[in-house]
Amino acid sequence: MVTIQNLHKAFGHNQVLNGVDLDIKEGGIFAVLGPNGSGKTTLIKSILGMVIFDKGSIEVLGNNIKKNADYRRQIDYLPQIANFPSNLKVKELVKMIKDLRGKASEEEKLIKLFGLQPFMDKKLGNLSGGTKQKVNIVLAFMFNSALIILDEPTTGLDPVSLIRLKALIQEEKKKGKTILITSHIMSFVEEMADEIVFLLEGTIYFKGSIQELKDTTEQTDFEHAIASILNQNHA
Amino acid sequence: MRAKLVLWVLIFMTYSGISQTIEVCSTCRITSLSQGIAMANPKDTIVVKKGTYLEHNIKIDKPLVIVGNDYPVIDGQFKGEVMTIISDGVTIDGLFIINVGTSYTEDYAAIRVKKSKNFVIQNVVLEKLFFGIYLEKSSYGKVYHNKIVGDAKEEYNSGNGIQLWYSNHIEIEHNYVVHVRDGIYLEFSDDCLIKNNVSSMNLRYGLHFMFSNNDIYKNNTFENNGAGVAVMFSKKIKMLNNIFRENWGTASYGLLLKEINDAEIIGNTFEENTIGINIEGSNRIVYKHNNFIKNGWAIKVRGATYSNHFIENNFLYNSFDLAYNSKVNDNSFDMNFWSNYTGYDLNKDGIGDVPHRPIKLFSYIVNKTPETIILLRSLFIDVIDFSEKVSPVFTPDNLVDKKPIIKRIAW
Amino acid sequence: MLKILKYSFFDLMRSRWSYVYFSFYLLLSFVLLFLNNDLSKAIITLMNVIIVLVPLIGSIFGIMYYYNSREFTELLLAQPLKRSSIFLGQYLGVALSLSMSLVLGLGIPFGFYGLFKSNIIWDFALLLITGTFLTLIFSALAFSMGLNNENKIKGFGYAILLWLFMAIIYDGVFLMSLIMFEDYPLDKLSLVGIMLNPIDLSRTLILLTLDISALLGYTGAVFKQFFGTNLGLLISFAMLSVWVVVPIWRITYKSKKKDF
Repeated sequence: MVTIQNLHKAFGHNQVLNGVDLDIKEGGIFAVLGPNGSGKTTLIKSILGMVIFDKGSIEVLGNNIKKNADYRRQIDYLPQIANFPSNLKVKELVKMIKDLRGKASEEEKLIKLFGLQPFMDKKLGNLSGGTKQKVNIVLAFMFNSALIILDEPTTGLDPVSLIRLKALIQEEKKKGKTILITSHIMSFVEEMADEIVFLLEGTIYFKGSIQELKDTTEQTDFEHAIASILNQNHA
Repeated sequence: MRAKLVLWVLIFMTYSGISQTIEVCSTCRITSLSQGIAMANPKDTIVVKKGTYLEHNIKIDKPLVIVGNDYPVIDGQFKGEVMTIISDGVTIDGLFIINVGTSYTEDYAAIRVKKSKNFVIQNVVLEKLFFGIYLEKSSYGKVYHNKIVGDAKEEYNSGNGIQLWYSNHIEIEHNYVVHVRDGIYLEFSDDCLIKNNVSSMNLRYGLHFMFSNNDIYKNNTFENNGAGVAVMFSKKIKMLNNIFRENWGTASYGLLLKEINDAEIIGNTFEENTIGINIEGSNRIVYKHNNFIKNGWAIKVRGATYSNHFIENNFLYNSFDLAYNSKVNDNSFDMNFWSNYTGYDLNKDGIGDVPHRPIKLFSYIVNKTPETIILLRSLFIDVIDFSEKVSPVFTPDNLVDKKPIIKRIAW
Repeated sequence: MLKILKYSFFDLMRSRWSYVYFSFYLLLSFVLLFLNNDLSKAIITLMNVIIVLVPLIGSIFGIMYYYNSREFTELLLAQPLKRSSIFLGQYLGVALSLSMSLVLGLGIPFGFYGLFKSNIIWDFALLLITGTFLTLIFSALAFSMGLNNENKIKGFGYAILLWLFMAIIYDGVFLMSLIMFEDYPLDKLSLVGIMLNPIDLSRTLILLTLDISALLGYTGAVFKQFFGTNLGLLISFAMLSVWVVVPIWRITYKSKKKDF
C-alpha cells in the first residue's frame, strides 16, 4: 500500500526524519506513535505530499508521489486542526470538496451518524470545536478511498461521537481498507490498532503488534510499555 | 428727396473722375494688375477677375482700391516681393497671393506697406510666403480678415505672418495665421489694436511685441505655437480675454513677459501650456480674472519682478501653480481660487480661513534638478511639501494668498 | 485552479471586509463628487489616493487572507490538486474580489454623475486599470511574503514594510540620489528608477494624462521620447505586466517547495 524508503527531512538544522523505512501492507489499522517532535506528523504529511522531503522515496499504491498529485484521489485525510473558511456554510464546504474530488461520496449517511443535520446551513465560523471536528470527520470518510489517514481524530469529540467514530473505523477496516492513525490517547490506540509504528528521533524504533511491544518491553500494560521505551532511551 | 441726393453725388463723382473702374482679366483689354495700376487714376477701383496672374514687384503708388473677384491668384513665382504699397489710402481686397520669394538678405513680403497711411488690407489669402503682410513706417491702417498659411520649417529661413515695424495706430482684426515664424510681430509699433485673431502652429510666437507701447490685444486665440505670445521691452500693453492653449515644449509658454512694465492682463485663459505665464524682470502688472487650467506651471517667476498683483484668478489643476527662483517676493496674491487649496471656510464668507501658500518646495527642487519632475504626485513629495508649507525654509515666506476664495470665481 | 478561484472568490465576496472595502470606495467617490461636483477634480484626488491606498489594501488583504486560510489550504493540499493551482486560485480570488470592489465602488458613483457623457472617461478608465494592476501586484507580493514567512506577525510586518518602502521610502532615496548626482545626465537613470517600482510606474501613467504639459518642459531627449509619444504608455503597461507576472511566478515556485 505505502512504501517508504530512506526518508530524510530536516527543518533548518532540525533533522526530523532520519532515514525512515516503512512498508505498510494493505488492510488493517496502523498507529504511528512517538513523543512530541518525533516526526509523526511530518511522516504523515510526507505521504500526503504536504511536506517536501529531502531524500528518499515514497510510493502509494505503486505510484511515486513526486510525479503527480493524482494518487491523493486514493487517500482520505483527516487533518489535526479542523479550521475551515469561516464564510462557507457546512453544506457548501461538503459540496465544494465533492466538487474538487469529482468522485462519488456517501456524506448523507455520515451526516446522520454524527447528527450534523441542524448545522448544515450554518457558517463554519460559527461552529464549536467539536462540531467542526465532526464535519472534518465527515469530509474524511465520505469518499470511500483505499487509504485513510487520521491525524489525532479524537480531538474535541464527545463520548458518543467517539464511540461512533471507533465503530466507523472498524467498519472501514472490515471493508479491507488501510487506516493510518496518529494519536496521543493510548487507550484509543490500544483498542483500535493492529500494528503500531514507534518513531523516535526521526527513525523507526519499533514496528509490530501491541502484543509484540508488550513482550519486548516485558510490560503487561500498553501505556507502561511505551513509557519504558522512552525511559530506556533516555537513561 | 433721397433719389435726388444720389443723383447729385453720382454727377459729382463722374466729374471728378473718382469712381472709374478698371477691369483686369486674361481676356480683358488689361491683362495684368501692374498694367491696370499704371493706367489707373488715383482713387480708381481695379477689379481683378478670377484667373492666375504671374506678377511680382507690383508697385501701388497712388490711392487705389484693388478688389479681387472670386480670389484671383497672384503668383509671385518666388521672384521676390509681390505687392508694395507706397501711397496713402490704398485698399487691397480679396486676392490670393502665392509664391513669395525667399531671401536671407531681404525680407520679401506678399504685401508690403511702406511709409503710407489709411490703408486697408482685407480678405486676402496668402500661401507659400516668406513674410506675409509687412507694414513699414505706416500708420492708421487696417488689416482685416486675412488668411495666412505658411509652411515654415526652420526659424532662420522663414518670415512672419503679419509684421509691423515703426507702424502706429494699426488695427489687426479677424486674421488667421498659421505655420509661419511669428504669427504677428510688432516692433516699435504703438497704439495698435489686435483682436479676434487666431494664430496657431507657428514656429516661434503666436504674437510678438518688441519695444512697442500702448497696444491692446484682445479676444485672440493662440494655440500650439512655439510659445503663445511674447511681450518684450514694452510698456502699457493691455492683454484682454485671449486664449492661450497647448503651447508645449521645453521653452514654451502661453505668455512670455520680459522687461514689461505697467501692463494689464485680464480675462485670459491659459490652458494646457507647459508654462502659462513666464515672467522676467517685469513690474507693476495687474493679473485679474484669468483662468489657469491644467498647465505644467501656471506662473513661473524669474529674476527681478516687482509689484505684480494677482487678483481673482482661477488656478485649476496645474501641475504647479507657481514657481519662483528667488527667496525674495514683492508681488501680491489676493482672493484667487486655488483648486488645490486644502483649507476650510467655517464662517461661510466664501474666503478660506487659512491662508494659501501657492508655492511648493517641490517646484524649487524641480527648478534645481529637472529630472525630479518624474516624482510629481509621489506621496514622499507630498510629505516634504507639507512640511515646507508648515515652516517655509526654501520658498519666500511672505508669498501667501491671505484670502483664498473657496469657490471657482465667475465674472 | 478555476474551482479554487471560484470558491475563494465567493468566500471573499461574502466576507465583511470586501464590503468594507467596497463601501469605502463608494463613500470616497460620492463624497468627492458631492463636495466639488466636478468629475475632473474628483478624479485627480482619487488618483492620488489610489496609488497609495490600493497597494496598502492589496498587501493587507493578501497577507490576511493567506494566513487566515492556512488550514483550508492544508485541507486542499490533501486533495488531488496541484499545489500551484491551489495558491494561484486563492491569490486570484483575493485579487479579483479586491479589483471588483474597486471598480464597482468607483464606477457606480461616477456613473451616477454622468461619467459616460463626459470626455474624461479615458482618464477614469486609466484610473481603474492602474488600480487593478496595483491590486494584482501587491496582493501577489503579499502572498509571496506569506509563503516566505511561517510567522504571521513577521509576514504581516514585511508586507507593510514593503508597501511603505515602495510608496514613500523609495521615492525619498530616489529623490536624494537624483539631487546628489545632478551634474550627470539623469534622464535614463530616472526612467529606470521608475520602472523598478510599481507604484512609481502607476504614478507615471497618471502623470502622462494629468501633467503632460509639465513633463514636456524638460529638455532631455529620452524623456521627450518617453513622455511625448505613446512609447511611455506602452512601456509602462508592459512593465506593470512584468510586475504582475514576477510575483505570481514566485508564488508558483515557492509553493512547490514549501512544507505544510
